[in-house]
Amino acid sequence: MEKFEKLTGIAAPMPLVNIDTDMIIPKVFLKTIKRSGLGVNLFDEMRYDRQGNEIADFVLNKPQYREAEILIAGDNFGCGSSREHAPWAIADFGIKCIVSTSFADIFFNNCFKNGILPIVLPEEQVAVLMKDAEKGSNARMTVDLEAQTITTSEGESFAFDVDAFKKHCLLNGLDDIGLTLEKQDSITAFETQAAQARPWV
Amino acid sequence: MAGKTLYDKIWDAHVAHESEDGTCLLYIDRHLVHEVTSPQAFEGLRMANRKVHAPDKTIAVPDHNVPTTLDRVSGKIDNEESRIQVEALDKNAKDFGIHYYPVSDVRQGIVHIVGPEQGWTLPGMTVVCGDSHTATHGAFGALAHGIGTSEVEHVLATQTLIQKKSKNMKVEVTGKLRPGVTAKDITLAVIGKTGTAGGTGYVIEYCGEAIRDLSMEGRMTVCNMAIEGGARAGLIAPDETTYDYVKGRPHAPKGAQWEAALNWWKTLYSDDDAHWDKVVTLKGEEIEPVVTWGTSPEDVLPISAVVPAPESFKGGKVDAARRSIEYMGLTAGQKLTDIEIDTVFIGSCTNGRIEDLRAAAAILKGKKIKDGMRAMVVPGSGLVRAQAEEEGIAQVFIDAGFEWRLAGCSMCLAMNPDQLSEGERCASTSNRNFEGRQGYKGRTHLVSPAMAAAAAITGRLTDVREMMAENEPA
Repeated sequence: MEKFEKLTGIAAPMPLVNIDTDMIIPKVFLKTIKRSGLGVNLFDEMRYDRQGNEIADFVLNKPQYREAEILIAGDNFGCGSSREHAPWAIADFGIKCIVSTSFADIFFNNCFKNGILPIVLPEEQVAVLMKDAEKGSNARMTVDLEAQTITTSEGESFAFDVDAFKKHCLLNGLDDIGLTLEKQDSITAFETQAAQARPWV
Repeated sequence: MAGKTLYDKIWDAHVAHESEDGTCLLYIDRHLVHEVTSPQAFEGLRMANRKVHAPDKTIAVPDHNVPTTLDRVSGKIDNEESRIQVEALDKNAKDFGIHYYPVSDVRQGIVHIVGPEQGWTLPGMTVVCGDSHTATHGAFGALAHGIGTSEVEHVLATQTLIQKKSKNMKVEVTGKLRPGVTAKDITLAVIGKTGTAGGTGYVIEYCGEAIRDLSMEGRMTVCNMAIEGGARAGLIAPDETTYDYVKGRPHAPKGAQWEAALNWWKTLYSDDDAHWDKVVTLKGEEIEPVVTWGTSPEDVLPISAVVPAPESFKGGKVDAARRSIEYMGLTAGQKLTDIEIDTVFIGSCTNGRIEDLRAAAAILKGKKIKDGMRAMVVPGSGLVRAQAEEEGIAQVFIDAGFEWRLAGCSMCLAMNPDQLSEGERCASTSNRNFEGRQGYKGRTHLVSPAMAAAAAITGRLTDVREMMAENEPA
């Protein structure tokens, strides 16, 4: 997994609440057996008309946001299906950080597995970032994972929380499975004990 | 020290390792797998030269992509990408030696219907699947939740998940339900009250008389939609109803093991002095048959209501409601019972079990669907389908004008040929009314199976209680 340390980039505003995973990547694109190449279909039904032409007023089609690396979103971002195709599409597009007042649980976890940092902030702070994002490509925000801060183009800085283990994995680009397999002895011990306690499982 | 909740007890029994910061390795008893969210995970195993850690605890079945038309028995899937995904699962199941129900097997069906039906899901277990509706299995008092593909790979490789514990939320539904009100109405009413993010960070335990009175099928419907309320999982403590359902199923324990299991299962309830981080209470008798009017499962109203005005909401929801109403082609103030329907879909992991089909058939018996209506029933598994045929329910649907299909996810997510066309309006027993969920620009109203049947007859959203009065002698 790619490391996430510090990012300075354009932020796109998406104030809509309850942006679900069907919006992020419609099901027709779930038939792939690969992880890559989904960025072109990110937000497909909002981004293109039925003929495949771009819808001009969709945020990521606007010239100033085409290179966005940060998304400032409305409440409950990523609700719905568990499809990891959603973060795959987001990462493939080039977005590495999403800020909202809240995220759906499965989507939130999926982000960390794909080098994306989801940041939860209070409503008033998200509102400040949303306003800053509306300034377009001149307004570059900076996300510093080590320091756990996000800074607007005007230098206003907000601190955010992140789980220590998830932060460690993101900063170092670590593979979860490798880490867990280091604890193989604990898993084996648990299996031995569970086989006695609940042999029917 | 405070007592434990049911969630606390199951969690504690499955922690294989705990780090100083509270990050745990949670051991997984059952891993269910389907064709859409697993190919990349198996590919990851191959690339790292890893095996499936516990193939005997891993169960796969194709469901999302498979066509449900009767010509499927020929074994052909026309859509090439879908066929490749299903063939990939065929191959992965064989290569990695996991339990498998292929398309040709009568036991094939929606993964969340097959698991309980075959006795794979038991009380007190941890169950995961790369599908958000894994919450369904919580009906057995099993801790069950959806995971992403990276986590699918993690469970395949290690039989554990890296987890932090969620908070405890109690949803109590007191008293008795009124006639015409079902498990679907309960679960939608709860989401209507808490919102789609109300459960974020929590595991919900549903309790109270109205929940206790539900069959296992009804309890599965309630827990299935816990995820639509944002919760990691939904749980219902096991009781005699649970044990009766589980006993004798192919993979349920037998003999002395059954007795041992039962002894443990009987300890699986929340202690009276357990700590709850959040409590929500609904009165069962106040719940009406409900429908959704918008494009989020929280957009729930009793069938007697009208389409709300966007200005009646607060914050970001004002714009969201405006967008929903426009997308759905409705007008604020319009009576929900005046909304005309083109299509009726009965099925899905929410409402594709035998009891759901019985409830719909009871309304449809001796009646015809409205002229021009497109209506289909997609049983949740091959065994549900066989049972419905044996009980004569299949014939009721066919006589009424419904298509009688083979098992699969079908129009719930429309990855297969069953889809809505642009502007087509559907009364659906599924779980999500998101934009485009059932087809590009399709319009979905979530309802119970009985309400879906009523809408099929009248051609508009209908209060099923009016029809029940018709069917009953004076």
